[in-house]
Amino acid sequence: MLRKRAWAGLMVIGAALVIVGVARGETVVVLQKAIRICLECIGIG
Amino acid sequence: MDKGTVRKHIKYRYIIQLFFAAVTNSYVTGFAAGKIYQGNLKLLCHPGLNCYSCPGAVLSCPIGALQAVIGSRAFSFSAYVFGTILVFGALMGRAVCGFLCPFGLIQEGLYKIPFPKKINRFRGDRPLRRLKYVMLLLLVVILPMTINNAAGNATPYFCKLVCPAGTLEGGVPLVLLSRSGGTALSAGGFEGLSGLSESIVRPGVINVPTTGYQIGLLFWWKFSILAAVILLSIINYRPFCKYLCPLGALYGMLNPVALYRLRLDGDACIHCGKCSKACKMALDPVRETNHSECVRCGDCVKVCPTGALDMGFGDGKLTKLNETRHHNAATARAGGKERQ
Ligand code: SF4
Ligand code: SF4
Ligand code: SF4
Repeated sequence: MLRKRAWAGLMVIGAALVIVGVARGETVVVLQKAIRICLECIGIG
Repeated sequence: MDKGTVRKHIKYRYIIQLFFAAVTNSYVTGFAAGKIYQGNLKLLCHPGLNCYSCPGAVLSCPIGALQAVIGSRAFSFSAYVFGTILVFGALMGRAVCGFLCPFGLIQEGLYKIPFPKKINRFRGDRPLRRLKYVMLLLLVVILPMTINNAAGNATPYFCKLVCPAGTLEGGVPLVLLSRSGGTALSAGGFEGLSGLSESIVRPGVINVPTTGYQIGLLFWWKFSILAAVILLSIINYRPFCKYLCPLGALYGMLNPVALYRLRLDGDACIHCGKCSKACKMALDPVRETNHSECVRCGDCVKVCPTGALDMGFGDGKLTKLNETRHHNAATARAGGKERQ
């Protein structure tokens, strides 16, 4: 029972965090980073 | 073993892994032209470790995205990426590792290469697994949060210093493509980087410089880590997942409460130890059911002679299955041989 509550609670917190993140514009940072080749990822920067 | 008791999705796990890896890396043009995908799908995070600098990737890497947001001038915490990981983790835990992560699939493929002695249990294995929590805290969170450059942005330290997925999925193909598209690579320092800025920074223009990437010490450092991970993967099952992956660390913390779980019917278990022997993550599925290291590969479920282990969303129909399992357990206890 406790485990089920923990699971449901985490889902709700997770979804709320996603909404907060989208609302404060974090997705723009994610997109800007992801559409350019990341020099650190490929090992040259 | 009674095939009927092993759920289809466990039997077809490799197909699910291959399918998901192919779909989330389906930007074929990227491989052909040495570009990366620049569409809006990259707003979304992949559940597994899949480099966004891979020419085929259509989603963002959650660990890369986490470092980017934490290290940006505007934010010092990423509600969006942590929230996404929390949702995937609460739903699936490390079943993401077992079913959806392309880098996990690559390591599993390598483990299939025959080798005289595979080593998954050795002294020091368990303490070494804590290293991935250090990676998470230090390289993914603390350093990007605290060390900024003049413009207020931070380096994604895990990507820069460790991540072999980035080297394999992004570095190697892009460096090779840049080579085939222009002159040969020159070894040496980073002086060539300024020449790359035009092609890398502006989306929409050619991504790969026609003069080839200048590779230096850092590339070879990351390449050595990749080479070590590849070689070790032949001997040890998923070494990067066990010892280094910060995403595995996050999902591992959610494993005990995740909805998709390993189920043990204690009454049906005859303590034969077959599951423990079959577990390449070196766990005892009976004593350590839903441990943070369990990637939900289902190998223990497949070998259990009484069907005491099962895997799926929620607690499932344990009670309904109990009758059959108890019958099987009784037969096995009475010296009956394994089900065929
Ligand atoms: S280098 Fe690794 S952690 Fe960084 S974005 Fe690529 S796959 Fe993700
Ligand atoms: S531990 Fe990391 S690399 Fe391994 S399967 Fe999980 S997310 Fe992928
Ligand atoms: S406990 Fe079972 S499902 Fe988990 S990693 Fe071991 S064999 Fe795979």
